[in-house]
Amino acid sequence: MSEVRVETLSKFYGPTKALEDVTLTFPDGGFFGLLGPSGSGKTTLLRAIAGFVQPDRGRIFIGDQPVEHVAVEDRNIGMVFQNYALFPNMTVAENIGFGLEVRRIPAVDRSRRVSEVLELVQLGPLGTRKPSELSGGQRQRVAMARAIVTRPRVLLLDEPLSALDRALRVEMQIELKRIQREVGITTIFVTHDQEEALTLSDEIGILKEGRLVRHGPPRAVYDDPQDPFTARFLGEANILAGTPESGGLRLADGTLLPGVSGQSIALRPETLTASLDEPTTPHRIYARLVQRIFSGAMGTCILDWQGQSLKLTAPDRALGQLPETGGPMVWLSWPASAALPLRDPP
Amino acid sequence: MIRHVVARGYLGLILIFLYAPIVVMAVMSLNASEFYALPFRFSTEWYERLFTNAEILAAAWRSVWIALVVAVVATALGTMATLALWRHDFPGKRILQALLFPPIAVPWLITGTAMLIFFFGVGIGRGTPAVIIGHVALALPYVIVTVFARMQSFDRALEEAARSLGARPLIVARKVILPHAAPGIIAGALFAFAVSFDQFVVSYFLAEPGDSTLPVLIYSAIRKGFTPEINAVSTIIIVISMAIMIVGARYAKFGGTR
Repeated sequence: MSEVRVETLSKFYGPTKALEDVTLTFPDGGFFGLLGPSGSGKTTLLRAIAGFVQPDRGRIFIGDQPVEHVAVEDRNIGMVFQNYALFPNMTVAENIGFGLEVRRIPAVDRSRRVSEVLELVQLGPLGTRKPSELSGGQRQRVAMARAIVTRPRVLLLDEPLSALDRALRVEMQIELKRIQREVGITTIFVTHDQEEALTLSDEIGILKEGRLVRHGPPRAVYDDPQDPFTARFLGEANILAGTPESGGLRLADGTLLPGVSGQSIALRPETLTASLDEPTTPHRIYARLVQRIFSGAMGTCILDWQGQSLKLTAPDRALGQLPETGGPMVWLSWPASAALPLRDPP
Repeated sequence: MIRHVVARGYLGLILIFLYAPIVVMAVMSLNASEFYALPFRFSTEWYERLFTNAEILAAAWRSVWIALVVAVVATALGTMATLALWRHDFPGKRILQALLFPPIAVPWLITGTAMLIFFFGVGIGRGTPAVIIGHVALALPYVIVTVFARMQSFDRALEEAARSLGARPLIVARKVILPHAAPGIIAGALFAFAVSFDQFVVSYFLAEPGDSTLPVLIYSAIRKGFTPEINAVSTIIIVISMAIMIVGARYAKFGGTR
């Protein structure tokens, strides 16, 4: 097991900056999620750690060893690919044993370790099957088993669950977490699915245009996004622009939110309350209800405030007094602590 | 419905156009008459005569072993060339790739003439080595096209997966890339064999009079006077060639899973 660290890592493709000055520590034994829109550099970062991408600048350490000039095959990593990349001409057991075979592990130890790891991923009896005879979830497990059987120093996962359907994905998330805990291996995974990142990670890092925007434990980042990009990217957010004043933040419609610092605020849709009567709190705005959407237990309201579209989600029953069709003006309010201050304008 | 019938009829006509001469020849090789006289009387006489004709047997054997040598050499060279082309990007790659294909389109008569002049110029002259070199040159593009097409369906992530598991380039090639390329390599070898075995023009130009290959011998025999033995040997060649092509085409099902 090893801590992984990158320092001022940069990679350019012509004028495009795939990575720019990324410095980040991936804690020993932790599950770290790299998150960002496509083209944000998250995959480049993962592939640089693996050794498939040669950085233009910066350093990469696995444990204490600098690895920028170490070939992929000598880095002692485990990697799970988006489409699993199982060798189609080999059985499940041969796939898993491949890394042990190239390390010249004697056949007896090899088959013992293969069956151990097959048990760990709960594929005990399937060792003789070909990958083409497995379901998506089973292939995923084989890919995991193959990546961890060599006891690598770090496990790299490149959107490992994106090829699965939703129900299976949730099941595999739990599995992935269980296996990672049992093995205790430093794990870095890339995803564009923010919910997946929040569920799995001990820590997340958010990238945008090659730069690391934010990192930290998922809850801390969600509850205090600090910048508009993070607020929007992680979960949903209504971002209200304002002008800082001595007493608080003055919104575009003239409302003063007392005690609020920052250039703007983010409001999570689930923290908003809508009512026809004016609330007593100063933390409220007056907006037009555009649409109320019924979707079972939860309801969604789309509102228009100062030409900006806002979103509110609440249990449908809590929306009871609101009309089903849009048109009327309603009051939106929130607890003072729900206004997340952002350091930049939206 | 009517369109269906018309389409089928059209297809039938094409098949007749393609295969009628061959069928006539095959039937005549089993007819007792020496002068193609009807009615048809079944006889295996021409086949029996064929297998006692030392000249034809020697030429047939020569054709087979030359084709085998050509298949092995062209497949080895062609596969290596293809993997290099597929694997690496280098300046002039596109030009090189483009230059590999015209030999398929250039008339064999021209190629044969050029080879004859060239081989005399460099001192190889005529003879079996010249025939083999010529055949290899003709077969190479077929091998390259077939193997290259197969490699198009290779998932590069497999190579990355193998490397991430600690495999060095040679092991990656042996355990991951070659197993994927195998059907293409087999198909390429079969095509190379067929190109050599069926080759007339280049063989005619490059073979010494004493050691002709089977197609050259058949041509000379026809000029001297036609015998139904030629029908028999031609029928055998067609059966072998078609079998090779069918097997080759099955392996060359590009892009599909094996």
